[in-house]
Amino acid sequence: MASRPTKPLNLLALGSALGLTFTLAACGGGSSSAAGAGGASTSADCAAYSQYGNLKGKTVTVFTGIVTPEDTPYMDSYKPFEKCTGATVTYEGDKSFETQVLVRAKAGNPPDIAIVPQPGLLKQLVATGKAKEAPAAVAANVDTWWGADWKAYGTVDGKFYAAPSGASIKSLVWYSPKEFKDKGYTVPTTLDELKTLSDKIAATGKKPWCAGIASGEATGWPVTDWMEDMMLRLSGPTEYDKWVNHTIAFNSAGPTAALDMAGSFLKNDKYVNGGLGGVKSIATTTFQDGGLPILTGKCSLHRQASFYAANFPAGTKVAEDGDVFAFYLPGKDVTSKPLLGGGEFNLAFSDRPEVKAFQTYLSTDTWANNKVASSPNGGWISANKGLDVSKLNNPIDKLAAGLLQDKSAVFRFDGSDQMPAAIGSNAFWKQSTSWITGQSTKETVDKIEAAWPK
Amino acid sequence: MTTSQKFTQMGAAVLLFLAVVGVILFVATRFSGRKADRAVATVFLLPTVVMVALGLVYPGAKTIYQSFFDAAGSSFVGFDNYATIFTSSDQVTVLRNTVLWVVVTPFVATAIGLVYAILIDRARLESFAKALIFLPMSISFVGASIIWKFVYEYRPNEQDIQQIGLLNQVLVWLGGSPQQWLVNPPWNTFFLIVVMIWIQAGFAMTVLSAAIKAIPEDIVEAARLDGVGALGMFRFVTVPSIRPALVVVLTTIGIGTLKVFDIVRTMTGGQFDTSVVANEFYSQSFRSANQGLGAALAVLLFVLVIPIVAYNIRQLRSTEAR
Repeated sequence: MASRPTKPLNLLALGSALGLTFTLAACGGGSSSAAGAGGASTSADCAAYSQYGNLKGKTVTVFTGIVTPEDTPYMDSYKPFEKCTGATVTYEGDKSFETQVLVRAKAGNPPDIAIVPQPGLLKQLVATGKAKEAPAAVAANVDTWWGADWKAYGTVDGKFYAAPSGASIKSLVWYSPKEFKDKGYTVPTTLDELKTLSDKIAATGKKPWCAGIASGEATGWPVTDWMEDMMLRLSGPTEYDKWVNHTIAFNSAGPTAALDMAGSFLKNDKYVNGGLGGVKSIATTTFQDGGLPILTGKCSLHRQASFYAANFPAGTKVAEDGDVFAFYLPGKDVTSKPLLGGGEFNLAFSDRPEVKAFQTYLSTDTWANNKVASSPNGGWISANKGLDVSKLNNPIDKLAAGLLQDKSAVFRFDGSDQMPAAIGSNAFWKQSTSWITGQSTKETVDKIEAAWPK
Repeated sequence: MTTSQKFTQMGAAVLLFLAVVGVILFVATRFSGRKADRAVATVFLLPTVVMVALGLVYPGAKTIYQSFFDAAGSSFVGFDNYATIFTSSDQVTVLRNTVLWVVVTPFVATAIGLVYAILIDRARLESFAKALIFLPMSISFVGASIIWKFVYEYRPNEQDIQQIGLLNQVLVWLGGSPQQWLVNPPWNTFFLIVVMIWIQAGFAMTVLSAAIKAIPEDIVEAARLDGVGALGMFRFVTVPSIRPALVVVLTTIGIGTLKVFDIVRTMTGGQFDTSVVANEFYSQSFRSANQGLGAALAVLLFVLVIPIVAYNIRQLRSTEAR
């Protein structure tokens, strides 16, 4: 019954098995290389790179969540280093970087350098035991170019691991300079003045504030930023740190007052939600749409980070004399200047000489300025004090960089990015959303406190 | 990765598949003699057994093991994770929603499919009417969710502001005020269930329509002669005749509903108390970094599916035995 295959079939079977071996051998690596001749910005001046030595034939891999189109400026900013040292930098961007980098570190297959956007994730990565402490040259650069607060975010258990890379500013309020000029409003300099201004606009029958917190499963995150900003303003940086590190309870007096303060804007039906509906409409409006009513004149104020500039439609002039611009969300009084923001850190998983050299390059003012030069449309700043603010390419970057370099400003990193994942990327978002749709402040902080991992 | 690299990888994958099949065929031909059949069967079954063991049994066992450990997967906590599922108010809401989904979706989708199948049976333009209700079936869950997100979209009833959601526009035309459909529990869960019914009713209709057409003509004729009316025909002839098909449709939709994830994640992200077990399992495991609770939820899902599958198989066996 069983008809037996003939000889040619056997040969075919063996043939494909052999062919496979060769094909697999020829097909290794999948990431695009940033190597190439021709520096984007700097000419043949390699003097600043001589300290890294000759790294010809050596390769450094970079893994990050920064993808097209923001990846090109990064690759371009590596070119002077590649050209002068002969090393090759391989850049790999992945939207699911946050989960993938942990998987790769745990599996023993980490990249040489990971660009980590949250101190919380940095701690998790260091806990895998695969990360390497920063070399002395990097630590020295960070001491020179960054404030002690920034160095602290790259430090885990007293050991310094990762130098800061980019930065962003969250304590900003978007507004229409034209409306302010026409109506004679002035930019407020204290929280009380901001309240007065809001009341003044509300008295004209217009809802002054607009907001949107919908963001898929991350819905609620803009509220966490509001609360962090208010916590910094009402209780000060020291209490803020205690709150973030859970040395004071989430439902203690300080955080509760901060959320109540945020509520006096966000849950005030005289204030919100300009052009978008009632208070509850905040929950279903995407954060991208949240500030757009400023352009149609339906809303006057919108609190959101510096990156929000990219959300306005093409042709919108973002400048102090344009269609929209932002002002610093004022402190409790004129003298205090707390600043909420975020940023990325370069964590190394290898201590090969070429990795150390590249890591050192990334921590210099030279790289920060190269990065700005390779970002013709702006949208990137750093807290590096060596950054030449006058070279920045757009007004909002200049405003943000100016705030970062302001000596009287006290910078604090986004708190929810530092809290454990169960809070920072789950309970805090979820309960904030319920808070917008009607849950009381007390119940909200109690539930987040209860969710804190023991 | 460039396009050519992707194609190379795809080519390599196809070759790998061919090579494996080739090797199996090659080995299978090496056997001869009286015991050959048994050996050949073993060779053919082996890859399947290995793949099921590696891809299903091992991860399944590992998940059950993990569900008894804490968030980091390092220390044993016994049945704590399961206790959390049945006691914490958030998780109880998740269970309630899952029950709503599983109770409502299969029955409503099947009922709509059945009634529709009977109504259009032998009608003019039957195939066109069938295509209409079957079309949503060909849309992915995420695609359908995005479509319905727009249907439910809310804009305030203000001057210079246009509604962009279909449902609210209809409401405004009727003189009502627009609603935020997805915000208020527990009603929002029903608005999500509508999407699943929209997708699955077409599946139910197709299978049941085929079953109805397979009812022997003589039974129908005999019933008519006995003077059975339209309702009686439905109650005493149609439904009993298509019972096996009904069971398959109900259980298939039931299993699909238990695993529903895409709709919830796309439309609300599990916010506003709309999360279900499959979605909660994902967010606990991958967002909240709570491996233990995530694994426990996955095990719960597995346990819930078992009785439906078992019932389905028993039904199939009894039909075959007849």
